[in-house]
Amino acid sequence: MKNDAVRIKAENLTIAYGDFVLMKNLNFEVENNDIFIIMGGSGCGKSSLLRILTGLQSSPTGRFLIDGMDFSHSGENRRAELMRRCGILYQSGALFSSMTLGENIALPLQQYTDYSPKLIKELVDLKLSLVGLRGFADFYPSEISGGMAKRAGLARALALDPEILYCDEPSAGLDPISSRLLDDLILDLNQSLGTTFVIVTHELASIFAVGTNSVFLDAETKSIQARGNPKELLRNPPNEKIHNFLTRGEKTHG
Amino acid sequence: MDFNYKQNKEELILELSGSFLNYDNEKVKESLYAAAEDSGVRIITVKAGGLQKWDSTLVVILCRLVEISRRRKIRYDFNGLPVHLQRLIELAFSVDRKPAHDEPEQLPFLENLGTKGLNIYGDVKKGLHFMKDCFASLGRLLTFRAVFRRIDFLFALEDCSYRAVGIISLVSFMVGLILAFVGAIQLKTFGAQIYVASLVAIAMTRIMGAIMAGVVVAGRTGASYAATIGTMQVNEEIDALKTMGVPVTDFLVLPRLSSLIISMPFITLLADAMGIIGGGVVGVLMLEISPEEYIKYTQNALNMKNFLVGIFHGFVYGYVIAVCGCYYGINCGRNADSVGVATTKAVVSSIVWMIVVTGIITAVMEALKI
Repeated sequence: MKNDAVRIKAENLTIAYGDFVLMKNLNFEVENNDIFIIMGGSGCGKSSLLRILTGLQSSPTGRFLIDGMDFSHSGENRRAELMRRCGILYQSGALFSSMTLGENIALPLQQYTDYSPKLIKELVDLKLSLVGLRGFADFYPSEISGGMAKRAGLARALALDPEILYCDEPSAGLDPISSRLLDDLILDLNQSLGTTFVIVTHELASIFAVGTNSVFLDAETKSIQARGNPKELLRNPPNEKIHNFLTRGEKTHG
Repeated sequence: MDFNYKQNKEELILELSGSFLNYDNEKVKESLYAAAEDSGVRIITVKAGGLQKWDSTLVVILCRLVEISRRRKIRYDFNGLPVHLQRLIELAFSVDRKPAHDEPEQLPFLENLGTKGLNIYGDVKKGLHFMKDCFASLGRLLTFRAVFRRIDFLFALEDCSYRAVGIISLVSFMVGLILAFVGAIQLKTFGAQIYVASLVAIAMTRIMGAIMAGVVVAGRTGASYAATIGTMQVNEEIDALKTMGVPVTDFLVLPRLSSLIISMPFITLLADAMGIIGGGVVGVLMLEISPEEYIKYTQNALNMKNFLVGIFHGFVYGYVIAVCGCYYGINCGRNADSVGVATTKAVVSSIVWMIVVTGIITAVMEALKI
């Protein structure tokens, strides 16, 4: 029976580069309205897993489903249709440097909708307002800071009102205040738009601030070592490795 | 979707129901905004009891109503909206700072001219300074004080020498072929087609071999230098070198400059030979000159003076291409676009400077009767 609450379901996924296997038999479910964190140490395959979930890389085994529809084995048209419902925030923002922020956000709207130029402009202004960049439509990516570029990238990812938003290391390279503001924004968007977030990160502050569910990838065993709410995992770590990760390896005093 | 509004004395009531998705009816929206602007309206109320689904096209309309209310200093009551939607509108207005985006100042004509002149002067000064740094690096190389990795030099040498053999051979062969064809059309009318051999030999060895080699190397190697060093600039690798106290010209320019200076004379030799062979193909196959005769006339036309002038051109072109490629790479901006711009500038300026330098060398040779 199809569970309507499940947005993404991964079944036996493998992350591999040629013969080199990073992760195997990955099974997890992302529920509707979740802020799902994919965490783990450096080089464990978090970003590769995100590449698989966004169709940029294929998994040699298994499959994953979006709203019950098989993404892994779909044809190009079905994939495009499913990806139309997803937005992606890349680690660096990945804004097109030759376009203004407004043009960056307008691009998916021009590509996928029949909206009039006036409505597209209004939507661009709205998306920029939502990420706190009202009035920055005519700025080029080179004219704004790293934190602003991340938020502009988020505005572009939100352009088509995605149901699922993938974020690759959203707080990487940001100062603590900008990082916190971005976390607040993710929470706001999750609550107001009902967007499901899948976030790859190893920033502990962000994990605890926004995460409602998570998986912990372990490079040594090449498998998921823990799953659940990050705060709950911190309270009751299933093993020493998770405890060390979530407490930055700091010893408890007292 | 249903979208109705009505005015009840001082209150403008907007009623929403059904699924409000992809709404783009400009006419209805404008009439709603006009009603909200009516001086009689003192409060805007939104009722959305039957609203099922909505997207950003609805948020755009509601945000516009908030803007109008705020500007006109009238009240708005959005309590009838779903809580999430109210939160989203709140979020859209939570940060309201105006970015400082300075418009470029319009200067008077004379000031504009002067500024442009000063900019050109600055660029020329920067270019000359870079050339001075390159000469200084070459000086350090000759006195064994230069800081660079031998492997970088060998890689650069490999790239601009034997890896370029195929393309240089093909282009030069075709140029020899074309020269012979063009020459033959005129010479045939005098029955002097045998002099095609002399024409091709002199033209290729004196200048054409070097020019063709230079153009191909500028497009191939010069562009690669600008793109590689430009990408290093984008990745802050050049900043890292500077802060480590490593001279950038020694570490990045010298391996490329020295390898191109060394290889270009040999590449020019190859271009000369392939051009002569190309001309020979036309002479023997199309003009029915016997191979022995073609070789004899070619040998008679070849002389050491022309030959050395061609090699010298190749040497100078090597310097010009390497300096242009590295200069634009080092002065590249910080984004992906600027790498493309740097590469284009490197190739264009290499070719322009090659032509300028050829003019200067020719004038000097003429004055010296070489």
